[in-house]
Amino acid sequence: MHTLREAILAFRRSPLLTGLSAAMVGLALFVVGLFALATHNLRLALESVEERIEIVAYIRNSARNDEILLARRELLALPEVLGVELITKEEALEIARRDLPEFGELFTDLAVNPLPASLEVQLRPGRRDPETVERVAARARLYPFIEDVQFGREWVDKLFTLRRIGGLTASVMGAAFAMVAALIIGAAVRIAVFARREEIMIMKLVGARDGFIRRPFLVEGAITGLLGGLMALALTYGTFWVVFRYLFSVAWIPAEWAGLGLLSGTVFGVFATGLAVRKYLREV
Amino acid sequence: MIKLINVTREFQGKGKALDDVSFHIKKGEFAFLTGHSGSGKTTALRLIHMADRPTEGETRVSGFSSDRTSRREVWKLRRRVGFVFQDFRLLPGRTAHENVAFALEVTGARSAGIKARAQRLLTQVGLAPKAGSMATELSGGEQQRVAIARALANEPLVLLADEPTGNLDDRATRGIMELFWELNALGMSVLMATHDLELVRKHPRARVLELDQGKLVYDSMKAATAESATTDEAEASTAGG
Ligand SMILES: Nc1ncnc2c1ncn2[C@@H]1O[C@H](COP(=O)(O)OP(=O)(O)OP(=O)(O)O)[C@@H](O)[C@H]1O
Ligand SMILES: [Mg+2]
Repeated sequence: MHTLREAILAFRRSPLLTGLSAAMVGLALFVVGLFALATHNLRLALESVEERIEIVAYIRNSARNDEILLARRELLALPEVLGVELITKEEALEIARRDLPEFGELFTDLAVNPLPASLEVQLRPGRRDPETVERVAARARLYPFIEDVQFGREWVDKLFTLRRIGGLTASVMGAAFAMVAALIIGAAVRIAVFARREEIMIMKLVGARDGFIRRPFLVEGAITGLLGGLMALALTYGTFWVVFRYLFSVAWIPAEWAGLGLLSGTVFGVFATGLAVRKYLREV
Repeated sequence: MIKLINVTREFQGKGKALDDVSFHIKKGEFAFLTGHSGSGKTTALRLIHMADRPTEGETRVSGFSSDRTSRREVWKLRRRVGFVFQDFRLLPGRTAHENVAFALEVTGARSAGIKARAQRLLTQVGLAPKAGSMATELSGGEQQRVAIARALANEPLVLLADEPTGNLDDRATRGIMELFWELNALGMSVLMATHDLELVRKHPRARVLELDQGKLVYDSMKAATAESATTDEAEASTAGG
């Protein structure tokens, strides 16, 4: 009861200070929000490119149908394989006609179909690294009726490197941004507590218990963190909306990320307040 | 009430602010703690209400020993000891009455009686008419009275005061001293730090303890007994254990 009343009173007594520290928290978390938005979209882009990684095994004309179907089943049973599609000679021709219209006449005038049938192997997300691709390709090459296996080795390698650099950069930058945000939030909270250090010390002096003194501050810290978090979320969403509307299509960050942001803002607000208050509690 | 037993307080790199100090102030005593600036008066008072701890030795205050009272339990001691500063330390945005009521609220008094009790405390220090004035609008003497009323909120048995008249003129000083003697007459022990020897001389009934560079160099009570009975030093140094 006292806790809540004091926390609310504190806002009423110094709305500017509280507003200011919430704004500082908000801006600090906004930077983190922007970073999350960018990271999320870059990741999505990379994933969509990765989806195109596939291993194509070309089948000799002499292969029997049951052999092919067995191979297909066996490949599909591998844990890293998402799907295996059989492209028959006719389908291959069809696709060639559609995708390469400039050769249209060449393909229509043919007496025999020169294109081989093939098995197109798709890997599961997260298993599209060079080693796995190699391994599955090697496995496909074992069948005697497979003439050749292709998977764009260079492309796979480059993509994988890009992904690793991206992941590392995101982690390091994310940690740095989070740390800067934490420092700013810490400073904002310290300023708010500093303004009321006399109150803390007097309470302590007349015999208030530490917990009793601390609690309203912690509630206030939580509210500051939450308000800051909401503000950051609004700013990030505003940015997202403007980019989406006027620049290009981007995805909004997952709800869990937003929730995690709010939660960490609140928790950190409480934590930083606790630390700041403790300093003055120890002085007298 | 207040007992220092061979207390030393050493600050890292700054030497000893208190050096093997022992004294005992009994219930109902009125004592001055004097000494030059930097002699250790404030340090002693901080040790007594356990804002600080001795490096060596022990302090005992209304049953709380520095050896056995943890940080978490200090609040219990604080409710038995009132404290007054030279600079009053009132909350600026609140009235005299609110400043006193604040002390009652934060120590968990039932809210029903708080208003009346705060008013009664202000009456006791002679400030009832100014209860509604903002702390910042009061004169120094009046602010110190509010601070005293606040210190009395928990009905302490000991009143500690660190240069309480340091910022006051003669008239206000006289008023505050009268108030201290009134409280003392009600049975409260008063320990007041001051470097104002003239003020000390005006109150011959009070005991005088003098610090010099952290050492207790004079105790009027010891001096009196020494004069009458020539007690040997050994007793004083073994009495603490
Ligand atoms: N927190 C501290 N850290 C380091 N040194 C300190 C600390 N507090 C006090 N001292 C030192 O201890 C000595 C005694 O200081 P203290 O404040 O007790 O003196 P005082 O008698 O109250 O002086 P004054 O009359 O000026 O108030 C001084 O030399 C001071 O510098
Ligand atoms: Mg001092």
